[in-house]
Amino acid sequence: MSQRQGRWRRHWQNRTVRVAGSTLLIIALLAYLLPAISPNSFDATDFANILEAPTTTGMHWFGLDELGRDLLVRNMLGIRVTLAVAIVASIVSLVIGVLYGAIAGYMGGLVDSVMMRFVDTLYALPFIFFVILLMVVFERNFVLMFVAIGAINWLDMARIVRGQTISLKEREFVTAARLNGVSTLRIIGRHIAPNLVGIVVVYVTLTIPQAILVESFLSFLGLGIQEPATSLGALVNGGVQQMESAPWLLLIPGGTLVLILLCFNFLGDGLRDVYDVRQRG
Amino acid sequence: MARYVMLRLLGAIPTLFLIIALAFLLVHAAPGGPFDEERVLPPEIEANIKAAYHLDEPLPLQFGRYMVRLSKGDFGPSYRYREYNVSELIASAFPWSLRLGGLAILLAMAVGIPAGIYAALRRNTLTDRFVMAASMTGISIPVLVMAPVLVLVFAVHMNWLPAGWSGNSGAARYVLPVLALALPQIAYLARLMRASMIDVLASPFIRTARAQGLGTFAIIRYHALKPALLPILSYLGPAVAVILTGSVVVEEIFGIPGLGQFFVRGALNRDYTLVLGIVIFYATLVILLNLLVDILYGVIDPRVRYQ
Repeated sequence: MSQRQGRWRRHWQNRTVRVAGSTLLIIALLAYLLPAISPNSFDATDFANILEAPTTTGMHWFGLDELGRDLLVRNMLGIRVTLAVAIVASIVSLVIGVLYGAIAGYMGGLVDSVMMRFVDTLYALPFIFFVILLMVVFERNFVLMFVAIGAINWLDMARIVRGQTISLKEREFVTAARLNGVSTLRIIGRHIAPNLVGIVVVYVTLTIPQAILVESFLSFLGLGIQEPATSLGALVNGGVQQMESAPWLLLIPGGTLVLILLCFNFLGDGLRDVYDVRQRG
Repeated sequence: MARYVMLRLLGAIPTLFLIIALAFLLVHAAPGGPFDEERVLPPEIEANIKAAYHLDEPLPLQFGRYMVRLSKGDFGPSYRYREYNVSELIASAFPWSLRLGGLAILLAMAVGIPAGIYAALRRNTLTDRFVMAASMTGISIPVLVMAPVLVLVFAVHMNWLPAGWSGNSGAARYVLPVLALALPQIAYLARLMRASMIDVLASPFIRTARAQGLGTFAIIRYHALKPALLPILSYLGPAVAVILTGSVVVEEIFGIPGLGQFFVRGALNRDYTLVLGIVIFYATLVILLNLLVDILYGVIDPRVRYQ
C-alpha cells in the first residue's frame, strides 16, 4: 500500500504530470457537469436563433450551430465521446499488446520469431484505410470502431513489452520462481507483468492521443459518430461548413481537441521522465 | 545488396497478397450489393447487371478473376463513375496527391531537421525550451483542425492566399494545403532530430573530434549529421502512411481532386471497386517505400550488413 502511495506521490511531484493531469481531470469533470446544469439539451433545435454567437444569456456560452443547437452542451458531449473512444481503444490495444508481447518475449525461440514476424508484416499495412473500409462495410458500427482503433495501436505495445520481458526473464527473481515450480502463466502474471507497469503506463498515455486522432479523423469524414450524437471530430467537420459566418463553431471544438491532445502528450512526456523510460528512435 | 533487394521484394509478395485478400473479403462481406438503390429494379435487370460485373459467381471465382486482372495492372471498372475504370481514376488523381505529399515531406525535412539540430546544440536553454514547446503544440494540432484554421486566417480574413483549388492556378494554391500537411511533421521531425542529435553528440567519437579542435559546424556536418539522421530515415517509412491519411483530410477541405478525395467519395458512395483499388494501391506504395527506406539505411549506415 505504501509503495503504491509513494508511486502516486512521485507522479504528482513531476510538474508536467501535475499540470496536464489536473487539466484533463477538469475537462472531464466539466464534460459531465456542464450538460447537467445547463438548461439546454444537445439535440433541441432553436430555429429562431441559428448561428447565434457565444452569449451569456440562456447559458449559450459557446453559441448555437446551424440548426440552433447549443454548442456548449454539444461540445461537452463530444468530449465525452472522444474520451470514451480513446480510453476503450487504448484498453483494447493494451490488453492485446501486453499479452502478445509478454508471451512472445517469455517463450522466446521459434514462437517469438514467428509472432514478431507477424507483427512486422502488420506494420507494413496502412491500417487506417482498413478501418475506413470496415466502417463503410459495417455501417458505422460504434463498438466496431472502438475495437478497430484499438487494434491499430497494439503493435508498438507488443514490441515494447516483448523487449522488456526478454530482459526481465533473465533476472534472478524469475529464475527463483521457476526453481520453485511456479507455472509459466503465473510467472508472467505475478512476476513479469508488475514490472512492466511503468513502461506500459507511459505508452498507453501516448496511445490515447493516437486513438483520439483516428476517431476524430473518421468522424470528420462522416464515417464515425452519427447525428444527433457527436464527437469533437464531427463538431469540427460541422464547423468547417460554417466557418466563414460562424467561426466559433470551428474554433471551439477544434481548440478543445487540441487542448486534450496537448494534455495527453505532455502527460506521456512527464510520465516518461518519472519512469525514466528511454525515448524511442 | 542486389540479392537483399530481391529477397525483400519477394518477401513483400505474401504481405501484399494478404492485404488484397483481406480487403477483397471485407468489401464483399458488405451487406447489400453495390447497386442497391432507392428505386427497386426489376429482377431481370438486376440479374443482368450482376452478371455484367460477375457478381453472380461464387466468391473464390470472383477473387481469382480479380487477381488475374490485377496482375495486368487492371483494377476493374468503377461501380459509380461508370464511364471510367479504377486504374484511370487512380492515374488521374495520384499525381496531385504525390505532389502534395512530396512537397509536405520536403518542407518538413527542410525545417524540422535544422530546428532539431539547433535545439540540440542549445540544449536546456530558453531557445531549446521554446522549440520543444512549439513542436509539442505542433504535434497536438491535428490536420483536420490546422487546415481549416489556416484557411480561416490566411484566406478568409487576410485574403492573402486562395482557399480553394479549382478556379485557382499557380503555386499559390499549394501553399496552405502543403503547410497544413507539413506542420505536424515539422514538429515531429524536430523532436526526433533533437533527441537523436543529443544522443550522437554524447558519444566518444564526437569528444575526440572536439578534442582535436574541430569547430561545431564541422563536427555536425562531417561527424554527427549522418548517424543522427538514421532515426529520421526510419521514421520516413511510417511518415508516408501519416501523410497519406492527412492528405485525405486536406484534399477534402481544399477540394483537391487527389486520391484521398476519391477514396472518401468511393467509401461514402459504396463504390467498392474504387475503394478496393485505392487500398491496394496505397498498401503497395507503403510497402515499397518502407523497402526503399530499409535499403537507404544500409547505404547511409555501413554497420548494417545484409544477410
